[in-house]
Amino acid sequence: MTKEEIENGTADMEIDQRELMNGERSELNAVPDGFNANYLKVYYGKLFPHADIFKWMSYGNDGKHPGCDESYFGRREFSFTLDNDIYLRFQSFNSVSQLENSIKEKCPFKIDIGPVYSVDPAKRHAYAQSGNNVFTPVEKELVFDIDMTDYDDVRYCCSGADVCLKCWTLMTIAIKVIDPALRDDFGFNHILWVYSGRRGVHCWVCDPKARRLTNEQRSSIAEYFRVYKGNENSQKKVSLTSSALHPFLLRSYKVLEEFFEGNLLSNQSLFSTEERYEKILEMIPDESITSELRGKWQDNKKSSISKENINVDRWKHVKKILKSGKQKGQGLGKCVEEIVFSFSYPRLDMEVSKHMNHLLKAPFCIHPKTGRVCVPIDPNHCEEFDPTAVPTLSKLLEEINMGGLGTDDDEWDRTSLGKSIRFFRSSFLQPLLKSCKEEIENSYNAKLQHSKTSLTW
Amino acid sequence: MEIIRSQRKPVHIDVVPTLPLYRSAPPLEVRLEDFELYAMDRLRVLKGIADGLSRGKKSEEMKNLADHLWKANMRHLDASEVVNKDIISHFVLRLVYCRTEDLRKWFLSMETNLFRYRLLFEKAEVQRALMAEFDLPYRAASNAELESVKEGLKQVAQSFGQPLAADAIFYKVPFEEVPELVAGRRVFIHKGYAYIAMNQVVSLVSTQFRSHLSKALILTNRKWTSTIREQEKDRLTPIVEALCSSYLGPDYSQPREFAEISIKDIDQIAKSSFPLCMRHLFEKLREDHHLKHGGRMQLGLFLKGVGLKLEDALAFWKAEFSQRVGSERFDKEYAYSIRHNYGREGKRTDYTPYSCQKIITSAPGVGDHHGCPYRHFSEENLRAALGKMGISNRAVEDVMDKVRNRHYQLACTLTFEAVHGTSCDAGINHPNQYFSDSQKVLQSKNQSTV
Repeated sequence: MTKEEIENGTADMEIDQRELMNGERSELNAVPDGFNANYLKVYYGKLFPHADIFKWMSYGNDGKHPGCDESYFGRREFSFTLDNDIYLRFQSFNSVSQLENSIKEKCPFKIDIGPVYSVDPAKRHAYAQSGNNVFTPVEKELVFDIDMTDYDDVRYCCSGADVCLKCWTLMTIAIKVIDPALRDDFGFNHILWVYSGRRGVHCWVCDPKARRLTNEQRSSIAEYFRVYKGNENSQKKVSLTSSALHPFLLRSYKVLEEFFEGNLLSNQSLFSTEERYEKILEMIPDESITSELRGKWQDNKKSSISKENINVDRWKHVKKILKSGKQKGQGLGKCVEEIVFSFSYPRLDMEVSKHMNHLLKAPFCIHPKTGRVCVPIDPNHCEEFDPTAVPTLSKLLEEINMGGLGTDDDEWDRTSLGKSIRFFRSSFLQPLLKSCKEEIENSYNAKLQHSKTSLTW
Repeated sequence: MEIIRSQRKPVHIDVVPTLPLYRSAPPLEVRLEDFELYAMDRLRVLKGIADGLSRGKKSEEMKNLADHLWKANMRHLDASEVVNKDIISHFVLRLVYCRTEDLRKWFLSMETNLFRYRLLFEKAEVQRALMAEFDLPYRAASNAELESVKEGLKQVAQSFGQPLAADAIFYKVPFEEVPELVAGRRVFIHKGYAYIAMNQVVSLVSTQFRSHLSKALILTNRKWTSTIREQEKDRLTPIVEALCSSYLGPDYSQPREFAEISIKDIDQIAKSSFPLCMRHLFEKLREDHHLKHGGRMQLGLFLKGVGLKLEDALAFWKAEFSQRVGSERFDKEYAYSIRHNYGREGKRTDYTPYSCQKIITSAPGVGDHHGCPYRHFSEENLRAALGKMGISNRAVEDVMDKVRNRHYQLACTLTFEAVHGTSCDAGINHPNQYFSDSQKVLQSKNQSTV
């Protein structure tokens, strides 16, 4: 393999296993950016955490306790999207090695996780005949999907598929609003936040109660989180009642205000041009106020206020005038809050959360368009997360090339992926498994008790 | 923390729930004429409720409407017969409405609404007795618990403009038991428990009612198909089948022959005969060469109802979408769902075009264009859209007046009348009805000029 051949794309990209095992330094550590089957093959061969995913999806049903449900893992649906857009649904596996071998063999460009069904998905046709809905989802994590494109009307730094640190703040805000609510309001504990690989985040809520929620209950949670309604055809998209806010909204507002004033105002230059400030003025249903502000700002064009301060200053004007009590028109009561909510409150994809049978991309997949790994995000330090610094497939392969001696088993630990996998295990997987085992034990003991008492009767 | 299930038996003697729960078919005798009449009276109540909801009436108005409808239709000369009429009419309608999924959904929705409004009129003790009937895991929160969440409870009460009474009772219930309240942010939730106010107990009870009825309807359907329909074919079956079709109106699942359209005419027809909701979707499709899922469903099923054949539909959508996503992606990602809508894929349900009621209650989000423009558009946008239809300013004002009063279907009816220059007495209930009425008017105009 010569460097030239690689750049021309004519070389075979198989990395010479023999060379690595002998610890010889491969001459070509540099791996060109990209996403293809050959890279993926190495990824799935050496880095993708098959065993961790298996342990997670087993939820403690590893057969070591008499109370374990041995069929549980086998009833989970996975779906694979292969190279030429071939889509394989209803894949199921009975062991970690079956899962691992299938992934390594098929080399899917995307792996999705679906629900746990009442029976093994591979056998679904047999049960469909009886017409009694015997093939049906019985468990599924409660999931959320937040995608940057849903914010296109409030971010000016990027649009469409692009993402930068400035607009990433919106994702940080989303995590800081939703995560505490899931824990404090709904009482959930086992929550995993994952970078979607390009422009958003996913959230997996894995408590037993969450997994058993019906579609209606999932829908109600999604609605609880919904504030933004409407689209380009309607005028007001956030409508808060004039009286006091629900405690969840009050708590969220503290976070929103902090980021809106401390970050979004300047980073998105929300007031810097006429087009932009008009958008905000549109949200104020009082002509006299909007014309007063407009007049003030049109004059200011000639002043020498620096660009940075213009956004902060103009926002101050808006707040002052709206809170001043000059409220001739109705609907001004919560106008300031509505503006802040419009620009910063999380926008969830409702459909993703509402249905038990929704398939969502598995963590640690690689995003085909960016080459980035879908790594977990620590909600307690989400302000520090940088989507542009997430390891890419090619970078990881480089790191493997440079790896040298060591057993095959923890090759991942010597790459940038190590940190993510360790975090996944310590902050999510281990506490989850511990709690699952307790639950299995407790329900097993309860069953024993019950059968004992009914026998004596 | 464990929920303590109520150990008390439901109080039968002092507090009799006057609301029947319809748990089991009563061993009552009923005359054949009453069988039909009772059912028709109840149907009037349910249809009245459906109508009120589609006009966007709020909870308080609906409660009063339901009460009014009930009193007007469900009386009986013999006071002791009132409850029997209630129960019998419910069970007869179960037979009528158990037979398809759409019918079940409608009946379930209206009966639950009816139950809820009637429950709101009952006294607190009755409501509590019903809670016990349903085995709801209620537990009154202790004072200590209330102290710790007092701030949150106060804020929630304030959020619907009501002060918090000092001795207010709250029930502590797992949040998943009260999805409606959670969805509307009408309760304080903490660590997985919702704190329900007394007046919200109704929601709890209604959810249980709904779930019981839903299961019962499936069972009724099975019994109907397996034994009753055949057994009663000379007596009850004709009555049951007539009851349903006489009230629901055509559902446009079988497009009539004369309404077939071809894609070459479609632009012209869209301008002349589509209601505003479909015109808007159609125009956006032509403009953006794309529609999101909600829009594809609403417009696609409408076109099916109007008579667009599957092959033409595929060609039509492909011609648009391929300009945006390419024809391979269309074939791969969108063609399947069009065939699905026509009942050629999956479980082969032949989906019916959406009625106004369904469209009005939909919730278009970012990038969506479906829904009812009279409800979902801002005033400005609606005026502009009506202007583009060539409606006079005077007529636009009348329409806007209806919209402000939330009479969305009346607004659409007025629009129809303004566009066609005729009156539409029946009122618009279904986009396909708008279309076929419009075509009728245009054709009779053509014939009269010949």
